[in-house]
Amino acid sequence: MITLNHYLIVAAVLFVIGMIGVMRRKNLLMLFFSTEILLNSVNIGFVALSHYLNDLSGQIFAFFIIAIAASEVAVGLGLLILLYKRKNTVDLDVIQNMHG
Amino acid sequence: MENLLYTALFAPLVGSIFAGVLGGRSKMMIAGLVPSILLLVSLAASLVLLGHVLSTGTAVAVTMFDWINIGNFNVAFGFQVDQVTAVMICVVTVVSAMVHIYSIGYMDHDKGFNRFFSYLSLFVFSMMFLVMSDNFLGLFVGWEGVGVCSYLLVGFWYHKRSASWAANEAFIMNRVADLGMLLGIALIYWQLGTVKYDEVFANVDKLDMTVLLWITGLLFVGAMGKSAQFPLHTWLADAMEGPTPVSALIHAATMVTAGVYLVVRANELYAPVPEVGYFIACLGAFVAMFAASMALVNRDMKRIIAYSTLSQLGYMFVAAGLGAYWVALFHLMTHAFFKALLFLGAGNVMHAMHDELDPFKMGGLRKAMKGTFILMTLASVALAGIWPLAGFFSKDLILEVAFVEHHFILYTVLLLTAGLTAFYSFRLVALIFHGEERYKLFGIHPHEAYRFMLIAMSPLAILAVIAGFGFKGDYFAMVTQMLPATEYHVHSPVVYWTMVFGTQIFVGLAIAYAYIKYVKVKAFDPAIESNFFYKLLINQYYIPALYEKFITVPYAKLSRFAWKQIDQRIVDAIVDLIATSIYKLGEVSKRMHTGNLSTMLRLMTLGFVIVLVIALALQMMAK
Repeated sequence: MITLNHYLIVAAVLFVIGMIGVMRRKNLLMLFFSTEILLNSVNIGFVALSHYLNDLSGQIFAFFIIAIAASEVAVGLGLLILLYKRKNTVDLDVIQNMHG
Repeated sequence: MENLLYTALFAPLVGSIFAGVLGGRSKMMIAGLVPSILLLVSLAASLVLLGHVLSTGTAVAVTMFDWINIGNFNVAFGFQVDQVTAVMICVVTVVSAMVHIYSIGYMDHDKGFNRFFSYLSLFVFSMMFLVMSDNFLGLFVGWEGVGVCSYLLVGFWYHKRSASWAANEAFIMNRVADLGMLLGIALIYWQLGTVKYDEVFANVDKLDMTVLLWITGLLFVGAMGKSAQFPLHTWLADAMEGPTPVSALIHAATMVTAGVYLVVRANELYAPVPEVGYFIACLGAFVAMFAASMALVNRDMKRIIAYSTLSQLGYMFVAAGLGAYWVALFHLMTHAFFKALLFLGAGNVMHAMHDELDPFKMGGLRKAMKGTFILMTLASVALAGIWPLAGFFSKDLILEVAFVEHHFILYTVLLLTAGLTAFYSFRLVALIFHGEERYKLFGIHPHEAYRFMLIAMSPLAILAVIAGFGFKGDYFAMVTQMLPATEYHVHSPVVYWTMVFGTQIFVGLAIAYAYIKYVKVKAFDPAIESNFFYKLLINQYYIPALYEKFITVPYAKLSRFAWKQIDQRIVDAIVDLIATSIYKLGEVSKRMHTGNLSTMLRLMTLGFVIVLVIALALQMMAK
């Protein structure tokens, strides 16, 4: 029997994977993937809890997140391509140009 | 009549603004002419007002608008011209108008010509405000106004260090005294709930004796500052740094008499407390003698006249203190005429001698400056109190008051001072106008002042001659409608005539002695400098030195301590500490801003974890 806890554990595992990706990856494209993983882990949590509580708001929230994530990726990828055209790379260490 | 009152009051202000607008420009004749003409207008309006008050015996009162309306505190912008004010405004406008015209000639070559007339007219406006106001608060506004104008005019040649120092001294010393006056006014309001003269005087009997003592005492402190009475007298002699017409107008005829005016105006407050009056009289007699003695040896023409002013103010305070308010006001009036004349004459001499002030370097000027010689001699005779000039009538009256009131010590002091007055006045005249022409040694070619300057002085000369016998009767009839009409008569005619002739002979001998001693002077005799009394007097009894040593220097030290230790070490240090610590925090934390997105994301995660931990910890604690 798959219970709520299983879903939440999956969500947590995904979240941690996404978090590690955000922290470790230097490739901008990979960062986007990682943020998608983060968002989707949250989505799993929302949907699971929504089913558990018999409340549709969680699912509605998940839809919102999907929609916003899609638009974010659209904009982000556009910027990424522009950046690649200019610098010929998407490595974070290379495109760093401000120092405190 | 209302319009006349406004004309008399505001014409000088208009003149001041007119000249002030041109203030930054180089000399323009119109900047001197317009204020002078407006002053003549103001003079005419004042004379008509005087005529009105004289003929009808009623005061002209107007309320311009409500000024302060807070809770129960209502003060209107009100003015009144009653008998006392009518005398004052006429004295002020006569002297001011003549000084304005005279200044056109005197300031002829000065760069600040326009500015000078702006200040001078502003002064007249403030003085008119002071004497015309119908409440103590308006009086205070005028009081401060004349203080500011005095500061501006004493420091008129502000590039001279001594002038700006003297201006500061005058201003600061007057602030000290004005605090007393302000407290007195506050006390009046606190006790009676009003500052309007009529209402205050109507309710004097409701006041507690102690409170009245405080009120009169505090008001007199203000008067002491403005009229330069001991111990606040030192500023007046130093104020001679200003242009001479300023000395004539402000430091002889008008502003310094404001203190006497205040006591005369508030006579109903002073009447129930004769102790305060007696104190005022004693102080006045002391100052009369004290200042006259300093004038005996001084070698600065203007300072001698300044000490003489101080001495005459002492006379006025004796009369006011003994309750003879009308006598005080009378001496104020006659003194204004002859003292302004004396100062303006001194101005002519200064111009002729290229700003030389030491009379020992002059001598024999009567040939070169006939007009000035006659006018100054006339003023000196009036000042000495020789019959039938103005000084005789007013000064003799004060002596009689002291005699009739049985204050024989005061009488003796004043009589001796009258002799000293005659002596130093004619010492000055003898040194300047008679004897050898010592100035030739210094290569100076004296010249008489412009004719119109002498003409401007002549009305004052005429008044100095006739003000005594000409005005005394009408004056007495008029002001005693307001002031206590005590007539001071020595009952025995033998005593009376002995007194009058005795005084005249005494004064005449003093004059003769001064002439004999100083006409033949060849040069200043340095042998006298080692004399103890000479040293004491020339150093003004060492009072300025004492003030310097015990007030100015310790105060400067205290200020320095407060600056270096308290302000810089504590207040500034705290402010600086806040700034530097924030700055250092920035220095440390700027290393976080590497510009690397990866690092930033890691820091963000770290922050997220920390917040999460805190949230969880709080959750646990809540359970």
